[in-house]
Amino acid sequence: MHWNSLTDFLAMGSHALYVWGSVAMMVLLMLAEPLLLRHSRKKLITRLKRQHRAERSEARRDHSPTPRRSNA
Amino acid sequence: MINWFRYASPQTFYPLAGRMIPYFWMLATIFAIAGLTIGFLIAPTDAQQGEGYRIIFLHVPASWMSMFIYLVMAFWAAMGLAFNTRLSGMMASALAPTGALFAFLSLWTGALWGKPMWGTWWVWDARLTSELILLFLYIGFIALQAAIDDPRRADKAGAILALVGVVNIPIIYFSVKWWNTLHQGASVSLTRAPSMAALMLWGMLLCALACWMYSIAVALTRVRMIMLERERHTDWVRALLGEKE
Repeated sequence: MHWNSLTDFLAMGSHALYVWGSVAMMVLLMLAEPLLLRHSRKKLITRLKRQHRAERSEARRDHSPTPRRSNA
Repeated sequence: MINWFRYASPQTFYPLAGRMIPYFWMLATIFAIAGLTIGFLIAPTDAQQGEGYRIIFLHVPASWMSMFIYLVMAFWAAMGLAFNTRLSGMMASALAPTGALFAFLSLWTGALWGKPMWGTWWVWDARLTSELILLFLYIGFIALQAAIDDPRRADKAGAILALVGVVNIPIIYFSVKWWNTLHQGASVSLTRAPSMAALMLWGMLLCALACWMYSIAVALTRVRMIMLERERHTDWVRALLGEKE
């Protein structure tokens, strides 16, 4: 272990702003990208399922025989 | 003999990629923990730069990835143009956003490293400028593809842009040799022994491996989404999405 105390570690020899600023941006973006992807993947799948359902019901409507008028 | 072209069909590639993604995440996590432990907890202080040098464990992997992802993207672009395979264009499109992310991170961590060491966030020198051009190439590629509705034509246009832009990569890499720049020379070179302590080198290589695994995991996730979107009218996508109803 290189550091004597947590304060030392956080101070980064007076370069805290630069070192932690780099770490923060890297961590932020490398967490944000997969999380955003997961979110848009879910949205995409819901959208495609809805489209497929709509197409199927349209196809059923087109192929079903025209309903006969009943007298009852 | 393995029929490689079988794997080039989205229908086969989709489930295969899906099974591999968790392993790449696992490896990315392991390498990141190991690399950051060495880099931030164990590695000694740098004689010249004090503790500020620790940015190297983020900056160098991000910069390497930004260049390497571009080369892979250009490779797939060339394959797409030459063989007109469906998968190639999708691969190139899936890589671009992650490449842009690493190019941005390279510039960001570089600015934060430059300020304490050189006294400035930014200079218009060869290394920094060519890396900025790399970021613009990624953004241009994404914007160009987004502007064209037909995916086939978008792939072709993107591929040409990617291939023209590939000249920038050796310019970035050799800029510190070819011109007098403020940026320091290569930390690791293939032709001579590395100019840094073994422990620091290991920390950096492990962090680079983590970024590598991360990029593969994210690119595979994205390429699967592109496949679903583009192949939404095919039977295999219908069957796949219909299963879960």
